[in-house]
Amino acid sequence: MKTVEELTSFYTNQLRPILEQFEEKRKKLRNQILFISFIVLWNIAVIYFFFLSSIDSNSQILQFGIFLTIAIISFLYKYLQRDYRSEFKEQVIKPLIHELEPNLNYLEHAHITQEIFERSELFSKPDKFSGNDFVGGILDKTQIQFSDVHAQKKHKDNKGKTKYSTIFQGLFIVAQFNKNFNARTVVLPDLAQSTFGNLIGSWLQSKNLSRDELIKMDNPEFEKYFVVYGTDQIEARYILTHSMMENLLEFQKKSNHDISLSFIEDHIHLAIHYGKDLFEPTVFRSILDERITKEYIEVLHLAVGIVEQLQLNVRLWSKA
Amino acid sequence: MSVTIAVILAVMIVLIVLYNTLVGKKNQVENIFASVDTQLKKRYDLIPNLVASVQEYMQHEKSVLENITQLRAQATKPDISEAQKIALDAQVTSALGSIMVAVEDYPELKANENVMNLQASLNEVEAQIAASRRAYNQAVTDYNNAIEMIPTNFMAMAMNYKRKDVFSIDESQRENIDVQALFDR
Repeated sequence: MKTVEELTSFYTNQLRPILEQFEEKRKKLRNQILFISFIVLWNIAVIYFFFLSSIDSNSQILQFGIFLTIAIISFLYKYLQRDYRSEFKEQVIKPLIHELEPNLNYLEHAHITQEIFERSELFSKPDKFSGNDFVGGILDKTQIQFSDVHAQKKHKDNKGKTKYSTIFQGLFIVAQFNKNFNARTVVLPDLAQSTFGNLIGSWLQSKNLSRDELIKMDNPEFEKYFVVYGTDQIEARYILTHSMMENLLEFQKKSNHDISLSFIEDHIHLAIHYGKDLFEPTVFRSILDERITKEYIEVLHLAVGIVEQLQLNVRLWSKA
Repeated sequence: MSVTIAVILAVMIVLIVLYNTLVGKKNQVENIFASVDTQLKKRYDLIPNLVASVQEYMQHEKSVLENITQLRAQATKPDISEAQKIALDAQVTSALGSIMVAVEDYPELKANENVMNLQASLNEVEAQIAASRRAYNQAVTDYNNAIEMIPTNFMAMAMNYKRKDVFSIDESQRENIDVQALFDR
Protein backbone atom coordinates (compact mmCIF):
# COMPACT_ATOMS: atom_id res chain seq x y z
CA MET A 1 0.00 0.00 0.00
CA LYS A 2 1.24 3.51 -0.83
CA THR A 3 1.85 6.02 1.92
CA VAL A 4 -0.15 9.22 2.32
CA GLU A 5 2.82 11.21 1.00
CA GLU A 6 3.16 9.07 -2.12
CA LEU A 7 -0.53 9.34 -2.74
CA THR A 8 -0.50 13.10 -2.28
CA SER A 9 2.34 13.47 -4.75
CA PHE A 10 0.46 11.27 -7.24
CA TYR A 11 -2.60 13.42 -6.77
CA THR A 12 -0.86 16.75 -7.09
CA ASN A 13 1.48 15.72 -9.94
CA GLN A 14 -0.18 13.07 -12.14
CA LEU A 15 -3.72 14.24 -11.66
CA ARG A 16 -2.90 17.92 -11.85
CA PRO A 17 -3.87 18.45 -15.54
CA ILE A 18 -7.17 16.63 -15.01
CA LEU A 19 -7.88 18.60 -11.85
CA GLU A 20 -7.24 21.86 -13.65
CA GLN A 21 -9.75 20.86 -16.31
CA PHE A 22 -12.21 20.08 -13.59
CA GLU A 23 -11.58 23.41 -11.94
CA GLU A 24 -12.65 25.11 -15.20
CA LYS A 25 -15.73 22.90 -15.41
CA ARG A 26 -16.51 23.63 -11.79
CA LYS A 27 -16.43 27.39 -12.31
CA LYS A 28 -18.71 27.07 -15.30
CA LEU A 29 -21.08 24.86 -13.38
CA ARG A 30 -21.08 27.20 -10.39
CA ASN A 31 -21.95 30.17 -12.58
CA GLN A 32 -24.65 28.16 -14.29
CA ILE A 33 -26.18 27.16 -10.98
CA LEU A 34 -26.01 30.68 -9.58
CA PHE A 35 -27.56 32.11 -12.75
CA ILE A 36 -30.40 29.61 -12.88
CA SER A 37 -31.08 29.97 -9.16
CA PHE A 38 -31.27 33.70 -9.61
CA ILE A 39 -33.79 33.34 -12.46
CA VAL A 40 -35.95 30.94 -10.49
CA LEU A 41 -35.86 33.19 -7.47
CA TRP A 42 -36.64 36.25 -9.57
CA ASN A 43 -39.61 34.63 -11.27
CA ILE A 44 -41.12 33.35 -8.10
CA ALA A 45 -40.60 36.73 -6.41
CA VAL A 46 -42.25 38.51 -9.34
CA ILE A 47 -45.24 36.15 -9.29
CA TYR A 48 -45.59 36.63 -5.56
CA PHE A 49 -45.35 40.41 -5.38
CA PHE A 50 -47.47 41.16 -8.42
CA PHE A 51 -50.21 38.59 -8.15
CA LEU A 52 -50.37 37.01 -4.75
CA SER A 53 -49.29 39.50 -2.10
CA SER A 54 -52.76 41.06 -1.93
CA ILE A 55 -54.47 37.76 -1.10
CA ASP A 56 -55.46 37.19 2.55
CA SER A 57 -53.79 33.87 3.35
CA ASN A 58 -50.52 35.57 2.64
CA SER A 59 -48.15 33.78 4.99
CA GLN A 60 -49.15 30.33 3.76
CA ILE A 61 -48.48 31.30 0.17
CA LEU A 62 -45.15 32.78 1.17
CA GLN A 63 -44.23 29.54 2.90
CA PHE A 64 -45.22 27.57 -0.16
CA GLY A 65 -43.21 29.92 -2.36
CA ILE A 66 -40.08 29.44 -0.29
CA PHE A 67 -40.58 25.69 -0.29
CA LEU A 68 -41.07 25.67 -4.09
CA THR A 69 -37.96 27.75 -4.66
CA ILE A 70 -35.81 25.46 -2.55
CA ALA A 71 -37.25 22.37 -4.23
CA ILE A 72 -36.66 23.66 -7.76
CA ILE A 73 -33.17 24.89 -7.05
CA SER A 74 -32.05 21.70 -5.31
CA PHE A 75 -33.51 19.62 -8.14
CA LEU A 76 -31.67 21.71 -10.72
CA TYR A 77 -28.51 21.60 -8.64
CA LYS A 78 -28.57 17.82 -8.53
CA TYR A 79 -29.42 17.58 -12.22
CA LEU A 80 -26.75 20.00 -13.37
CA GLN A 81 -23.90 18.57 -11.34
CA ARG A 82 -24.70 14.94 -12.16
CA ASP A 83 -22.35 14.62 -15.12
CA TYR A 84 -19.67 16.71 -13.49
CA ARG A 85 -19.81 14.50 -10.43
CA SER A 86 -19.67 11.22 -12.38
CA GLU A 87 -16.79 12.42 -14.49
CA PHE A 88 -14.91 13.57 -11.44
CA LYS A 89 -15.29 10.21 -9.75
CA GLU A 90 -14.31 8.31 -12.86
CA GLN A 91 -11.26 10.44 -13.59
CA VAL A 92 -10.03 11.40 -10.14
CA ILE A 93 -11.33 9.13 -7.37
CA LYS A 94 -11.03 5.89 -9.34
CA PRO A 95 -7.38 6.42 -10.41
CA LEU A 96 -6.58 7.48 -6.87
CA ILE A 97 -7.92 4.18 -5.52
CA HIS A 98 -6.06 2.16 -8.13
CA GLU A 99 -2.88 4.01 -7.32
CA LEU A 100 -3.32 3.17 -3.64
CA GLU A 101 -4.14 -0.51 -4.22
CA PRO A 102 -4.37 -1.93 -7.75
CA ASN A 103 -6.43 -4.88 -6.48
CA LEU A 104 -9.38 -2.75 -5.47
CA ASN A 105 -12.42 -2.11 -7.64
CA TYR A 106 -14.47 1.04 -7.58
CA LEU A 107 -18.17 1.42 -8.43
CA GLU A 108 -19.70 4.86 -8.18
CA HIS A 109 -23.33 3.89 -7.75
CA ALA A 110 -22.99 0.75 -5.63
CA HIS A 111 -22.85 0.61 -1.84
CA ILE A 112 -22.55 -1.83 1.07
CA THR A 113 -25.74 -3.89 1.13
CA GLN A 114 -28.40 -3.23 3.71
CA GLU A 115 -28.09 -6.86 4.74
CA ILE A 116 -24.47 -6.37 5.83
CA PHE A 117 -25.37 -3.10 7.52
CA GLU A 118 -28.06 -4.82 9.55
CA ARG A 119 -25.87 -7.83 10.28
CA SER A 120 -23.39 -5.52 11.99
CA GLU A 121 -25.95 -4.80 14.77
CA LEU A 122 -24.35 -1.40 15.23
CA PHE A 123 -27.52 0.57 14.54
CA SER A 124 -31.24 -0.04 14.63
CA LYS A 125 -32.94 -1.28 11.47
CA PRO A 126 -33.11 1.59 8.94
CA ASP A 127 -36.25 2.47 6.95
CA LYS A 128 -34.34 4.25 4.22
CA PHE A 129 -30.92 3.11 3.11
CA SER A 130 -28.67 4.61 0.46
CA GLY A 131 -25.02 5.07 -0.37
CA ASN A 132 -22.42 5.33 -3.11
CA ASP A 133 -18.70 5.07 -3.84
CA PHE A 134 -18.28 1.37 -3.32
CA VAL A 135 -14.73 0.02 -3.08
CA GLY A 136 -14.03 -3.69 -2.77
CA GLY A 137 -11.37 -6.30 -3.33
CA ILE A 138 -8.91 -8.68 -1.76
CA LEU A 139 -5.74 -7.40 -0.15
CA ASP A 140 -3.35 -10.32 0.22
CA LYS A 141 -5.59 -12.69 2.21
CA THR A 142 -8.23 -10.31 3.43
CA GLN A 143 -11.42 -9.41 1.65
CA ILE A 144 -12.45 -5.81 2.24
CA GLN A 145 -15.36 -3.60 1.15
CA PHE A 146 -16.34 -0.09 2.02
CA SER A 147 -18.66 2.64 0.84
CA ASP A 148 -20.49 5.76 1.81
CA VAL A 149 -23.67 4.88 3.64
CA HIS A 150 -26.66 6.91 4.73
CA ALA A 151 -29.18 5.14 6.92
CA GLN A 152 -32.36 6.83 8.09
CA LYS A 153 -35.24 6.00 10.36
CA LYS A 154 -38.84 6.99 9.80
CA HIS A 155 -40.77 8.68 12.59
CA LYS A 156 -43.74 10.96 13.08
CA ASP A 157 -43.22 14.47 14.41
CA ASN A 158 -45.69 16.11 16.79
CA LYS A 159 -47.82 17.36 13.91
CA GLY A 160 -48.18 13.82 12.60
CA LYS A 161 -45.95 14.37 9.59
CA THR A 162 -43.60 11.58 8.55
CA LYS A 163 -39.99 12.54 8.89
CA TYR A 164 -36.68 10.81 8.39
CA SER A 165 -33.84 11.19 10.81
CA THR A 166 -30.30 10.02 10.22
CA ILE A 167 -29.08 7.08 12.27
CA PHE A 168 -25.77 6.82 10.50
CA GLN A 169 -23.98 8.72 7.78
CA GLY A 170 -20.38 8.11 6.92
CA LEU A 171 -18.00 5.41 5.86
CA PHE A 172 -18.94 1.78 6.44
CA ILE A 173 -16.14 -0.79 6.17
CA VAL A 174 -16.45 -4.59 6.26
CA ALA A 175 -13.49 -6.94 6.23
CA GLN A 176 -12.86 -10.58 6.91
CA PHE A 177 -11.42 -11.09 10.35
CA ASN A 178 -8.30 -13.19 10.84
CA LYS A 179 -9.68 -15.34 13.65
CA ASN A 180 -12.70 -17.63 13.78
CA PHE A 181 -15.36 -16.84 16.33
CA ASN A 182 -18.98 -17.67 17.11
CA ALA A 183 -20.05 -14.95 19.51
CA ARG A 184 -21.13 -11.39 18.81
CA THR A 185 -18.99 -8.52 20.06
CA VAL A 186 -19.99 -4.89 19.61
CA VAL A 187 -17.71 -1.93 20.39
CA LEU A 188 -19.36 1.49 20.61
CA PRO A 189 -18.09 4.99 21.35
CA ASP A 190 -18.33 5.54 25.09
CA LEU A 191 -20.85 8.28 25.69
CA ALA A 192 -22.06 7.33 29.16
CA GLN A 193 -18.66 7.10 30.81
CA SER A 194 -17.41 10.36 29.34
CA THR A 195 -20.61 12.20 30.26
CA PHE A 196 -21.38 10.77 33.69
CA GLY A 197 -17.95 9.67 34.89
CA ASN A 198 -16.69 6.20 35.65
CA LEU A 199 -18.94 4.95 38.40
CA ILE A 200 -22.36 6.09 37.21
CA GLY A 201 -21.37 5.70 33.56
CA SER A 202 -20.42 2.06 33.86
CA TRP A 203 -23.54 1.38 35.92
CA LEU A 204 -25.66 2.92 33.15
CA GLN A 205 -23.80 0.84 30.56
CA SER A 206 -24.50 -2.37 32.41
CA LYS A 207 -28.20 -1.48 32.37
CA ASN A 208 -28.39 -1.05 28.59
CA LEU A 209 -31.15 -3.53 27.82
CA SER A 210 -30.96 -3.30 24.03
CA ARG A 211 -27.41 -4.63 24.10
CA ASP A 212 -25.77 -7.88 25.21
CA GLU A 213 -23.73 -8.29 28.36
CA LEU A 214 -21.29 -5.48 29.23
CA ILE A 215 -17.68 -6.55 28.87
CA LYS A 216 -15.08 -4.56 30.79
CA MET A 217 -11.70 -4.36 29.14
CA ASP A 218 -8.35 -4.27 30.92
CA ASN A 219 -7.02 -1.27 29.02
CA PRO A 220 -8.04 1.97 30.77
CA GLU A 221 -7.55 4.15 27.70
CA PHE A 222 -9.63 1.83 25.55
CA GLU A 223 -12.34 1.82 28.23
CA LYS A 224 -12.34 5.62 28.16
CA TYR A 225 -13.12 5.78 24.45
CA PHE A 226 -15.19 2.65 23.94
CA VAL A 227 -17.76 0.44 25.57
CA VAL A 228 -17.91 -3.26 24.69
CA TYR A 229 -20.99 -5.48 24.66
CA GLY A 230 -20.94 -9.14 23.75
CA THR A 231 -22.37 -12.59 24.14
CA ASP A 232 -19.14 -14.20 25.30
CA GLN A 233 -16.72 -12.74 27.85
CA ILE A 234 -13.82 -14.89 26.67
CA GLU A 235 -14.29 -14.60 22.93
CA ALA A 236 -14.55 -10.83 23.19
CA ARG A 237 -11.09 -10.84 24.74
CA TYR A 238 -9.85 -13.37 22.21
CA ILE A 239 -10.73 -10.81 19.53
CA LEU A 240 -9.81 -7.67 21.47
CA THR A 241 -6.28 -8.58 22.45
CA HIS A 242 -4.02 -5.95 23.98
CA SER A 243 -2.45 -5.16 20.63
CA MET A 244 -5.85 -5.03 18.90
CA MET A 245 -7.04 -2.49 21.46
CA GLU A 246 -3.94 -0.35 20.91
CA ASN A 247 -4.41 -0.54 17.15
CA LEU A 248 -8.07 0.44 17.41
CA LEU A 249 -7.22 3.40 19.61
CA GLU A 250 -4.67 4.54 17.08
CA PHE A 251 -7.18 4.07 14.27
CA GLN A 252 -9.75 6.10 16.17
CA LYS A 253 -7.26 8.93 16.70
CA LYS A 254 -6.28 8.93 13.03
CA SER A 255 -9.89 9.04 11.89
CA ASN A 256 -10.64 11.92 14.26
CA HIS A 257 -14.31 10.88 14.33
CA ASP A 258 -16.40 8.54 16.43
CA ILE A 259 -16.13 4.94 15.33
CA SER A 260 -18.36 1.97 16.09
CA LEU A 261 -17.36 -1.55 15.31
CA SER A 262 -18.61 -5.07 15.65
CA PHE A 263 -17.25 -8.57 15.22
CA ILE A 264 -19.98 -10.82 13.90
CA GLU A 265 -19.93 -13.92 11.67
CA ASP A 266 -16.15 -13.85 11.17
CA HIS A 267 -16.20 -10.26 9.91
CA ILE A 268 -15.23 -6.93 11.34
CA HIS A 269 -17.74 -4.13 10.64
CA LEU A 270 -16.52 -0.62 11.15
CA ALA A 271 -18.59 2.56 10.92
CA ILE A 272 -16.88 5.94 10.92
CA HIS A 273 -19.32 8.74 11.73
CA TYR A 274 -18.32 11.45 9.26
CA GLY A 275 -21.86 12.80 9.08
CA LYS A 276 -21.60 13.63 5.38
CA ASP A 277 -21.28 12.15 1.91
CA LEU A 278 -17.58 11.61 1.16
CA PHE A 279 -15.58 11.68 -2.09
CA GLU A 280 -17.87 14.33 -3.59
CA PRO A 281 -16.46 17.08 -5.82
CA THR A 282 -16.95 20.63 -4.57
CA VAL A 283 -18.98 23.16 -6.50
CA PHE A 284 -18.66 26.36 -4.51
CA ARG A 285 -15.09 25.84 -3.36
CA SER A 286 -11.99 25.35 -5.45
CA ILE A 287 -11.30 21.74 -6.30
CA LEU A 288 -7.60 22.52 -5.97
CA ASP A 289 -8.07 23.46 -2.33
CA GLU A 290 -5.50 21.57 -0.26
CA ARG A 291 -7.90 20.72 2.52
CA ILE A 292 -10.21 18.95 0.10
CA THR A 293 -7.35 17.03 -1.46
CA LYS A 294 -6.18 16.03 1.97
CA GLU A 295 -9.58 14.72 2.94
CA TYR A 296 -9.97 12.47 -0.12
CA ILE A 297 -6.54 10.99 0.42
CA GLU A 298 -6.71 10.60 4.16
CA VAL A 299 -10.12 8.97 4.18
CA LEU A 300 -9.12 6.51 1.46
CA HIS A 301 -5.84 5.74 3.15
CA LEU A 302 -7.54 5.20 6.47
CA ALA A 303 -10.16 2.83 5.04
CA VAL A 304 -7.76 0.72 3.02
CA GLY A 305 -5.17 0.91 5.80
CA ILE A 306 -7.42 -0.94 8.23
CA VAL A 307 -6.03 -4.24 6.92
CA GLU A 308 -2.50 -3.22 7.88
CA GLN A 309 -3.41 -1.32 11.01
CA LEU A 310 -5.38 -4.20 12.50
CA GLN A 311 -2.97 -6.78 11.04
CA LEU A 312 -5.76 -8.69 9.37
CA ASN A 313 -3.34 -10.53 7.10
CA VAL A 314 -1.56 -12.13 10.03
CA ARG A 315 -2.75 -15.74 10.16
CA LEU A 316 -1.10 -17.30 13.17
CA TRP A 317 -4.18 -19.12 14.31
CA SER A 318 -6.22 -22.01 13.03
CA LYS A 319 -7.86 -19.87 10.36
CA ALA A 320 -6.21 -20.48 6.97
CA MET B 1 -48.24 -1.75 62.08
CA SER B 2 -48.25 -1.59 58.30
CA VAL B 3 -45.19 0.66 58.47
CA THR B 4 -43.26 -1.99 60.39
CA ILE B 5 -44.17 -4.61 57.79
CA ALA B 6 -43.09 -2.27 54.98
CA VAL B 7 -39.74 -1.63 56.66
CA ILE B 8 -39.14 -5.34 57.25
CA LEU B 9 -40.05 -6.08 53.62
CA ALA B 10 -37.72 -3.38 52.32
CA VAL B 11 -34.84 -4.68 54.45
CA MET B 12 -35.50 -8.21 53.20
CA ILE B 13 -35.45 -7.09 49.59
CA VAL B 14 -32.16 -5.24 50.07
CA LEU B 15 -30.63 -8.30 51.73
CA ILE B 16 -31.82 -10.57 48.94
CA VAL B 17 -30.39 -8.26 46.29
CA LEU B 18 -27.03 -8.06 48.08
CA TYR B 19 -26.93 -11.81 48.56
CA ASN B 20 -27.77 -12.53 44.93
CA THR B 21 -25.23 -10.02 43.64
CA LEU B 22 -22.46 -11.73 45.57
CA VAL B 23 -23.51 -15.23 44.56
CA GLY B 24 -23.71 -14.07 40.94
CA LYS B 25 -20.19 -12.70 41.05
CA LYS B 26 -18.80 -15.80 42.72
CA ASN B 27 -20.42 -18.04 40.12
CA GLN B 28 -19.11 -15.88 37.29
CA VAL B 29 -15.58 -16.45 38.62
CA GLU B 30 -16.12 -20.21 38.83
CA ASN B 31 -17.74 -20.30 35.44
CA ILE B 32 -14.85 -18.54 33.77
CA PHE B 33 -12.27 -20.61 35.62
CA ALA B 34 -13.94 -23.67 34.10
CA SER B 35 -13.31 -22.20 30.63
CA VAL B 36 -9.70 -21.47 31.51
CA ASP B 37 -9.41 -25.07 32.59
CA THR B 38 -10.89 -26.35 29.32
CA GLN B 39 -8.42 -24.31 27.32
CA LEU B 40 -5.51 -25.53 29.45
CA LYS B 41 -6.63 -29.13 28.86
CA LYS B 42 -6.79 -28.49 25.13
CA ARG B 43 -3.19 -27.40 25.24
CA TYR B 44 -2.13 -30.41 27.29
CA ASP B 45 -3.76 -32.63 24.67
CA LEU B 46 -1.52 -31.16 22.00
CA ILE B 47 1.71 -31.80 23.90
CA PRO B 48 2.16 -35.59 23.31
CA ASN B 49 1.57 -35.03 19.61
CA LEU B 50 4.10 -32.24 19.50
CA VAL B 51 6.73 -34.20 21.39
CA ALA B 52 6.22 -37.21 19.09
CA SER B 53 6.63 -35.06 15.99
CA VAL B 54 9.80 -33.28 17.04
CA GLN B 55 11.77 -35.73 19.19
CA GLU B 56 13.25 -37.56 16.20
CA TYR B 57 15.01 -34.39 15.13
CA MET B 58 15.61 -32.69 18.45
CA GLN B 59 18.29 -34.96 19.88
CA HIS B 60 20.02 -32.09 21.67
CA GLU B 61 16.93 -30.82 23.42
CA LYS B 62 15.89 -34.09 24.98
CA SER B 63 15.78 -32.61 28.48
CA VAL B 64 13.34 -29.91 27.40
CA LEU B 65 11.03 -32.50 25.88
CA GLU B 66 11.22 -34.70 28.96
CA ASN B 67 10.55 -31.71 31.14
CA ILE B 68 7.39 -30.79 29.29
CA THR B 69 6.11 -34.36 29.29
CA GLN B 70 6.60 -34.41 33.05
CA LEU B 71 4.83 -31.12 33.53
CA ARG B 72 1.92 -32.37 31.49
CA ALA B 73 1.66 -35.51 33.62
CA GLN B 74 1.53 -33.38 36.77
CA ALA B 75 -0.98 -30.95 35.38
CA THR B 76 -3.43 -33.59 34.21
CA LYS B 77 -3.63 -35.28 37.62
CA PRO B 78 -7.23 -35.06 38.77
CA ASP B 79 -6.68 -33.81 42.33
CA ILE B 80 -4.62 -30.64 41.95
CA SER B 81 -5.81 -27.30 43.26
CA GLU B 82 -6.58 -24.13 41.31
CA ALA B 83 -3.41 -22.47 42.58
CA GLN B 84 -1.30 -25.44 41.43
CA LYS B 85 -2.97 -25.36 38.04
CA ILE B 86 -2.08 -21.73 37.67
CA ALA B 87 1.55 -22.36 38.64
CA LEU B 88 1.93 -25.34 36.29
CA ASP B 89 0.39 -23.40 33.45
CA ALA B 90 3.13 -20.78 33.76
CA GLN B 91 5.84 -23.44 33.54
CA VAL B 92 4.22 -25.18 30.58
CA THR B 93 3.97 -21.87 28.74
CA SER B 94 7.67 -21.17 29.11
CA ALA B 95 8.68 -24.75 28.18
CA LEU B 96 6.50 -24.70 25.06
CA GLY B 97 7.94 -21.35 24.11
CA SER B 98 11.46 -22.74 24.23
CA ILE B 99 10.51 -25.72 22.07
CA MET B 100 8.99 -23.42 19.49
CA VAL B 101 12.14 -21.31 19.43
CA ALA B 102 14.24 -24.45 19.02
CA VAL B 103 12.10 -25.60 16.07
CA GLU B 104 13.38 -22.58 14.17
CA ASP B 105 16.86 -24.17 14.10
CA TYR B 106 15.67 -27.27 12.24
CA PRO B 107 14.74 -26.56 8.63
CA GLU B 108 13.20 -30.05 8.26
CA LEU B 109 10.92 -29.35 11.19
CA LYS B 110 9.98 -25.89 10.06
CA ALA B 111 8.87 -27.32 6.72
CA ASN B 112 7.06 -30.27 8.28
CA GLU B 113 3.32 -29.92 7.74
CA ASN B 114 2.43 -31.73 10.93
CA VAL B 115 4.62 -29.43 13.00
CA MET B 116 3.24 -26.39 11.22
CA ASN B 117 -0.33 -27.44 11.99
CA LEU B 118 0.60 -28.10 15.59
CA GLN B 119 2.19 -24.70 15.82
CA ALA B 120 -0.96 -23.03 14.49
CA SER B 121 -3.12 -25.02 16.93
CA LEU B 122 -0.83 -24.09 19.80
CA ASN B 123 -0.94 -20.41 18.86
CA GLU B 124 -4.70 -20.66 18.75
CA VAL B 125 -4.91 -22.27 22.18
CA GLU B 126 -2.41 -19.79 23.62
CA ALA B 127 -4.54 -16.91 22.37
CA GLN B 128 -7.64 -18.52 23.85
CA ILE B 129 -5.86 -19.09 27.15
CA ALA B 130 -4.69 -15.48 27.23
CA ALA B 131 -8.26 -14.33 26.60
CA SER B 132 -9.79 -16.56 29.25
CA ARG B 133 -7.13 -15.51 31.76
CA ARG B 134 -8.08 -11.88 31.20
CA ALA B 135 -11.78 -12.70 31.51
CA TYR B 136 -11.00 -14.56 34.73
CA ASN B 137 -9.01 -11.66 36.13
CA GLN B 138 -11.85 -9.26 35.38
CA ALA B 139 -14.38 -11.56 37.04
CA VAL B 140 -12.12 -11.89 40.10
CA THR B 141 -11.66 -8.12 40.25
CA ASP B 142 -15.42 -7.59 40.17
CA TYR B 143 -15.82 -10.20 42.87
CA ASN B 144 -13.08 -8.73 45.05
CA ASN B 145 -14.53 -5.23 44.62
CA ALA B 146 -17.93 -6.48 45.74
CA ILE B 147 -16.37 -8.08 48.79
CA GLU B 148 -14.60 -4.91 49.86
CA MET B 149 -17.03 -2.20 48.82
CA ILE B 150 -20.00 -0.88 50.76
CA PRO B 151 -22.73 -2.21 51.01
CA THR B 152 -21.94 -5.69 49.70
CA ASN B 153 -18.95 -6.03 52.05
CA PHE B 154 -21.23 -6.50 55.10
CA MET B 155 -23.08 -9.29 53.36
CA ALA B 156 -19.79 -10.85 52.21
CA MET B 157 -18.56 -10.87 55.79
CA ALA B 158 -21.72 -12.63 56.90
CA MET B 159 -21.39 -15.13 54.05
CA ASN B 160 -17.68 -15.64 54.82
CA TYR B 161 -16.56 -14.87 51.27
CA LYS B 162 -12.82 -14.39 50.88
CA ARG B 163 -10.75 -12.52 48.31
CA LYS B 164 -9.57 -14.57 45.33
CA ASP B 165 -6.25 -14.30 43.50
CA VAL B 166 -5.88 -13.16 39.92
CA PHE B 167 -3.63 -14.89 37.39
CA SER B 168 -0.32 -13.13 37.42
CA ILE B 169 2.48 -13.44 34.94
CA ASP B 170 5.54 -14.38 36.94
CA GLU B 171 8.92 -12.81 36.40
CA SER B 172 10.41 -15.75 34.49
CA GLN B 173 7.69 -15.36 31.88
CA ARG B 174 8.12 -11.65 31.48
CA GLU B 175 11.77 -12.03 30.57
CA ASN B 176 12.73 -13.36 27.21
CA ILE B 177 13.28 -17.07 27.42
CA ASP B 178 16.94 -17.95 27.75
CA VAL B 179 16.98 -20.87 25.34
CA GLN B 180 20.62 -21.76 25.90
CA ALA B 181 20.15 -22.09 29.63
CA LEU B 182 17.23 -24.41 29.07
CA PHE B 183 19.21 -26.64 26.74
CA ASP B 184 22.24 -26.79 29.01
CA ARG B 185 20.26 -28.30 31.82
